[in-house]
Amino acid sequence: MKWLHNLYRYRYLLYEIVRKNIKLQYRDSVLGILWTFLQPLMTTIILVVVFGNVFGKSNAGIINYPIYLLCGRLLYEFYSQSTKRAMRSIRNSASVIKKVYVPKYIYPIANVISNFVTFLISLSVLLCFIVFFLIVGENPPHITLYALLAPVPVIILFILAVGVGLILSTMDVFFKDTDYLYEVFCLLLFYLTPIFYKVESLGMKNEVFKVMLMANPLYSITEMFRCCVLYGKMFNIHHLLYSFGFSVATVLLGSLVFYKKQDKFILHM
Amino acid sequence: MAAVEVKNMSMMFNLNKEKVDNLKEYFIKLVTGKLRFNEFWALRDINLTVEKGDRVGILGFNGAGKSTLLKVIAGVLKPTEGTVKVDGVIAPMLELGAGFDLNYSGKENIFLYGATMGYSRKYIKEKYDEIVEFSELKDFIDVPVKNYSSGMRARLGFAIASAVEPEVLILDEVLSVGDAKFRKKSENKIRSMFDKGVTVLFVSHSVDQVLNICNKAVVLDKGRIIASGSAQEICEQYNDMVKGK
Repeated sequence: MKWLHNLYRYRYLLYEIVRKNIKLQYRDSVLGILWTFLQPLMTTIILVVVFGNVFGKSNAGIINYPIYLLCGRLLYEFYSQSTKRAMRSIRNSASVIKKVYVPKYIYPIANVISNFVTFLISLSVLLCFIVFFLIVGENPPHITLYALLAPVPVIILFILAVGVGLILSTMDVFFKDTDYLYEVFCLLLFYLTPIFYKVESLGMKNEVFKVMLMANPLYSITEMFRCCVLYGKMFNIHHLLYSFGFSVATVLLGSLVFYKKQDKFILHM
Repeated sequence: MAAVEVKNMSMMFNLNKEKVDNLKEYFIKLVTGKLRFNEFWALRDINLTVEKGDRVGILGFNGAGKSTLLKVIAGVLKPTEGTVKVDGVIAPMLELGAGFDLNYSGKENIFLYGATMGYSRKYIKEKYDEIVEFSELKDFIDVPVKNYSSGMRARLGFAIASAVEPEVLILDEVLSVGDAKFRKKSENKIRSMFDKGVTVLFVSHSVDQVLNICNKAVVLDKGRIIASGSAQEICEQYNDMVKGK
């Protein structure tokens, strides 16, 4: 209860940090907030060209490769950016934490939220792609009422990012190595998530790889998201249960670890 | 109820000979049994009760534990043993401008710093003009704080922290900021807060300042309170200690 009361009292701080992160991210750049739109647009075009044409065949059997790729890329990018920023948030706020009492969990959570806001803005790129392909009429995505379920995987991903952010920010205070290890882990995750390929087209001879792929919650989340906005069908209920359970468990573990260690943070900064 | 109540409080730090901050070193030291800590008690068995409206000066030599005591009371550090109770809104002025973001303008930082102390945007908006006027930074308020001089930063920090009408004020050598004119102004500001019955904890090396501001005082030495009483008595005692050393 005291915990909730404290969060309520410091809700303005949460708001101010989110606001600050978003404002400062694009300050001094000429195009400013437009970059949240332009960056995914441009990188997706490059990925489509590279994996759709140059290396060929990655797009076999996918109804609309650009949208397929954009879905995966946007979700993955939000996950990796928000967890990386949350990871460094405690250490970056050392000057404040050392001098003033603030509830420390605000920092990782605020960093996930500010990335979530820019992620929501960048979803407009996806909307443009969908509208474009519907108008052009070539390989149009199947947009049905199931598109209304799209927030479900997005919210699950948000919960997952908060949980991972809490765990990483705690680890990062005690061991700087976390930074570098996680960087490598994110690259592994990029290839373990079907962003530019389709799981069915892999052939799946390697059992270890298959298990790792299935265990990756980003796999179920991206698949669910694509069901909503690309395939126009209900998502697999197992994906829902697994990713939701995984995310909630991560948040619980993260809160526990963070709560147990937060009083020691100041001694290690 | 007392404004601040500290009971049997001790604070211990683990002083590693070298800081171990990567996994490899940690495991090597763990395995070879070299992971030793030197226990250092920065504060030992502190009992301190501050009534509402009291202004307590904290004197002591370098390393006596003055700043640690203030940090524990402010809630920044958690005591190893004992309890600390604070009744009312607390405004720590441990280091002015510690909550500033350097890329943010002065104006934006006013809201950020206010939120760091737990105040709403609306409340800070009401106080905004007062803060800007007091800090004398009207012409620079839209400039990023990274371009401020240290004096300007301290002035802005002081203006925000003093504008919010706290019930307990923690001052760690902050009355030495800015030029003589601003120092006078900030002293007057703090004095005006006394009239509203604010409780003050004040750390300073200047006995004159303590005499000037406080009605009570304590002396810390090697983490223990060795004397406490009225400001007059304690300051005399402290002066003798200084001469004796």
